Amino acid sequence: MLPFSFEKVRTEQDAIRAAAAGARYIAGGTTLIDLMRDEVERPERLVDINALPMTDIRADGADLVIGALARMSDVAAHPETKRLQPLIAESLIEGASPQLRNMASMGGNLLQRVRCPYFRMLDAACNKRDPGSGCSAIDGLNAGHAILGTSDHCVATHPSDVAVALVALGAAMRVRGPNGERTFPVEELFRLPGDTPHLEHTLRPGELIVEIRVPGGPYARQARYLKVRDRASYEFALVSAAVALELEGGSIRQARVAVGGVGTRPWRMRAVEEALRGKPVGRDAFAEAAHLALEGTRPLSHNHYKVELLPRTIVRALEMAGGTA
Amino acid sequence: MTTTLIGKPVTRVDGRAKVTGAARYAADFNQHAQHYAVIVSATAGLGRVTALDDAPVRAMPGVVEVISHRNALRLAYGPHKAFIDPEVGERLHVLQDDQVRFYGQPVAVVVADTLDHAERAANALRISYAAERPVVDPRDPKALAVEPSGSRGHSHAARGDADRALADAPVKVDVTYDMARENHNPMEPHAVVAAWEGDRLTLWSKSQFVVNEQAEIAAIFGLPVQNVQVNCPFIGGAFGTSLRTWPHVTIAAMAARQVGRPVKLVLSRRQMFFTTGHRPRTLQRVAIGATRDGRITGIIHEGNGETSRYEEFTEALLSATSYMYSCPNVRTSYRLTPLDIGTPNHMRGPGESSGMFALESALDELSYELGIDPIELRRRNEPTMDEGENKPFSSRSLVQCYERGAERFGWAQRTPAPRSMRDGRLLVGLGVASATYPVWYLPTSARVRLHADGTAAVEVAASDMGPGTYTSMTQVAAETLGIPVEQVRVSIGRSDFPPAPPHGGSMTMASVGSAVRAACLAARDEVARRAIADQRSPVFGAALEGVEWIGGSVRRLGDASAGQPYRDILAGSGQPIEAHASNHRDPAAAQRYSMHSFGAVFAEVAIDPDVGTIRVRRALGAYGAGRIVNPLLASSQCTGGMIGGIGMALMEQTALDVRDGRPVNAHMADYLMPVNLDIGQLEALFVDEDDPHVNALGVKGLGEIALVGMAPAIANAIHHATGKRVRHLPIRIEDVLTA
Ligand SMILES: Cc1cc2nc3c(=O)[nH]c(=O)nc-3n(C[C@H](O)[C@H](O)[C@H](O)COP(=O)(O)OP(=O)(O)OC[C@H]3O[C@@H](n4cnc5c(N)ncnc54)[C@H](O)[C@@H]3O)c2cc1C
Ligand code: SF4
Repeated sequence: MLPFSFEKVRTEQDAIRAAAAGARYIAGGTTLIDLMRDEVERPERLVDINALPMTDIRADGADLVIGALARMSDVAAHPETKRLQPLIAESLIEGASPQLRNMASMGGNLLQRVRCPYFRMLDAACNKRDPGSGCSAIDGLNAGHAILGTSDHCVATHPSDVAVALVALGAAMRVRGPNGERTFPVEELFRLPGDTPHLEHTLRPGELIVEIRVPGGPYARQARYLKVRDRASYEFALVSAAVALELEGGSIRQARVAVGGVGTRPWRMRAVEEALRGKPVGRDAFAEAAHLALEGTRPLSHNHYKVELLPRTIVRALEMAGGTA
Repeated sequence: MTTTLIGKPVTRVDGRAKVTGAARYAADFNQHAQHYAVIVSATAGLGRVTALDDAPVRAMPGVVEVISHRNALRLAYGPHKAFIDPEVGERLHVLQDDQVRFYGQPVAVVVADTLDHAERAANALRISYAAERPVVDPRDPKALAVEPSGSRGHSHAARGDADRALADAPVKVDVTYDMARENHNPMEPHAVVAAWEGDRLTLWSKSQFVVNEQAEIAAIFGLPVQNVQVNCPFIGGAFGTSLRTWPHVTIAAMAARQVGRPVKLVLSRRQMFFTTGHRPRTLQRVAIGATRDGRITGIIHEGNGETSRYEEFTEALLSATSYMYSCPNVRTSYRLTPLDIGTPNHMRGPGESSGMFALESALDELSYELGIDPIELRRRNEPTMDEGENKPFSSRSLVQCYERGAERFGWAQRTPAPRSMRDGRLLVGLGVASATYPVWYLPTSARVRLHADGTAAVEVAASDMGPGTYTSMTQVAAETLGIPVEQVRVSIGRSDFPPAPPHGGSMTMASVGSAVRAACLAARDEVARRAIADQRSPVFGAALEGVEWIGGSVRRLGDASAGQPYRDILAGSGQPIEAHASNHRDPAAAQRYSMHSFGAVFAEVAIDPDVGTIRVRRALGAYGAGRIVNPLLASSQCTGGMIGGIGMALMEQTALDVRDGRPVNAHMADYLMPVNLDIGQLEALFVDEDDPHVNALGVKGLGEIALVGMAPAIANAIHHATGKRVRHLPIRIEDVLTA
């Protein structure tokens, strides 16, 4: 690990001031410290925001509001989460391990870096780590990489589970920075790699994630997260799907579908959602709609199976949510 | 032998020390004024170092020394080969030249005053290479298989005419298997603390074989053996990775020598994939021919294991094929494919677990060709003797294992047709496979000291990587001396203790246990002699044959009294008694009998037909493994081995990037092994076996066989569930998705 300075702050203003001057926020540290030890991340200044009062989890009408410093395990276990947004709880429980979830914050989760192994090895070319150096994964071992949103410069998936659920549910995030506060959809936090894979998110310098608001909706309680992977826990998704359904009689009034493990960012599947509208609940309609998820997929040398697995995962998640499983 | 303690579920004598942190592992032995060494690993897969710019690194904070081939001590590397070293080839001579033989090979080591400083400097060291593209895949057209040139007999065996039998067989299977390379990945990383005093070197080093590490380091440094002391009281898991002495031990000792201070060196998790061995990737072909009523008429088993370019690593990949089943025509042939990789090493269930995966999978395929239940097929081909060696088995309980296992597992409820069993939407499959492992037994000595306070101290240079050596040896000693376990103190893991064989090959219980027993028996005789010579003793003047040992006391034969406690006998003279003895078994028996453990392993999988997830819901292993010294330890050994088998079947694979040979998933998040949630209900049961031939304790060993058989049982269950044969390991979601 390279030397760095470490500062603990008590107020948001101090935090933002430090960050605007070049310091990096540190919350649970489960991503940042790990990468610093490998010298993949090399911040010179860290500002510890754990003392800031941003750990609240509460209901605001039908919305669930989550402070950016709330720990994954606390959010997952909170009665309001379970009552209002069980999808959030389920997606959190499927992520990481209990030890990590006890440390990891919601804000940090959204900003976690990719799990591409070449990104973590300093002796491998990686445009995300060293812009312009090349991408080792495109012609290397890429079974875990993306089939959607890739570019010739980077093909890494966004690893977060809860981000997939947040994107499906149309959650918004509030951030504060040197130039004040703004609120925008979580979906807009993530950038496509394009030819600048080192730029991953749309936060401006010094901006601090303050809270996440998950709007209530008629579909919120009929929602499931399915994460498919080779071991039952402590593995990132090969493919995951967050789905939420509003049903009327035996048919679908509206659907929310987002997928993980396949995209360079959490991927909302609007075409699938559209195709489900008004359809009867059942495997045929699910399968027909899920097929649309393959539009624009570009498999790499080792991840063709994701093309097969993606619609199946969506269908299965829809069945779980629709109660037909 | 009547027993009171052997066979009892004694809890681990070191359990408290382990959970409270009192147990000290290699890296815990910090020395005064020690420095820290960090290895710099090659980032090229083949070629040579062309430039190494150490000047900027030497100027970094805390850096004391940068050692590379340019300034490393020229080491003697005297001849040394142990039982666990490859017979052919020569160990890596570390930092002695500019050659890079495989990705991750040590090319330099940085020594600094703190670990942080050393790590930082190691990362900063710039090295240039003339790099070539390595060959790391045995299927690469440039990879050439060769005959093993050693004499260990792993290579060829033949009886009858197997090719002819296959050609004539009315029913046959002929299939190939590809098993991934695995790395051992114990919890505890390799670690060593090295300290010199003049020409004497002390190493606190993670080792399953301290006496060999002592001899090997002495040979490498050109020192008399007694100048090297190796200590390793506890091991945090090893699975074979600490059987050999790997380059980091030499590097730590060299660094300590060159900086004139004790040096501590711990490998990173990533480095644990480079130079500390791995289970070799294997390619196998199995062809089995049979009559329509299920008599096996011919078996061909060809195996190909990867090895490095500088050593021929061989393992018993094909050994079991010659004795598992009755068959007049058997041909096995073993080849090696040298690649630009580090030398593989034994990993739990070495050889047998890979070979039996292929044989037992093929046998399952044959059972489907024949339409005969897989257990029945094995029963029809149960041999009455080891047909490969032409010897009787000292004991063999395979059929009993199948019977008891099948009953307990509920095999009768299985419907044989693939895809015929379901639980809701899930496809359910039940599979079975045989397990076997030879009974190893090597010379071992032990020392026991009886004290006047009634306690006994046992010393032997064995080790305990988790199976419970401390506990089982305590039981053997307490049992033999007739005293409570609390009065026995076992010490292991020091090279100056009486020598023991490597802690592997399932031989510790048999070999070390027999030696401990022999030493305790010798001590008993010593006590009796002293009592007989003591006028105040009730046995004064008796003949040695005229006294007996009962519950820690000595009395005359036929005397109904409690006898004289040895504590009193010792108190009389004030001198402790020390006895030293070696294990012994009738060499003729070893020649006469074929000695192996056998087992039957059952697995149930549930597969999601939509998304392909595979879960082992329950598994059962029934083993005939001689006397079970401690049922608690034995079942923990077996379920641990079965979990290793789940990893082998469904998860473990070291993925190499063929462009430079780097392991890409050298990280605990990426190299998958089972976690708690992957483990369903596991059970081990033991068939009673009284084998008087194997050794004085009648034990066969369990550590290795516990992993053998699990992977094929799972693969066969996957076929039963899905109808799909997957002939490579690991079997992943993508393999069954379209089944
Ligand atoms: C082995 C392993 C397995 C994992 N498995 C999974 C998994 O299966 N699914 C999953 O979803 N995740 C997984 N994770 C990721 C884990 O969820 C994240 O590491 C964690 O959520 C990050 O939170 P943190 O508070 O520790 O972030 P930190 O490490 O403290 O910070 C991460 C980044 O976020 C920034 N940051 C933190 N808080 C804020 C804020 N309020 N405003 C602005 N910037 C901020 C930091 O500057 C830093 O760049 C895994 C992690 C590990 C190490
Ligand atoms: S996929 Fe992205 S993160 Fe991975 S090596 Fe390529 S550029 Fe780097």
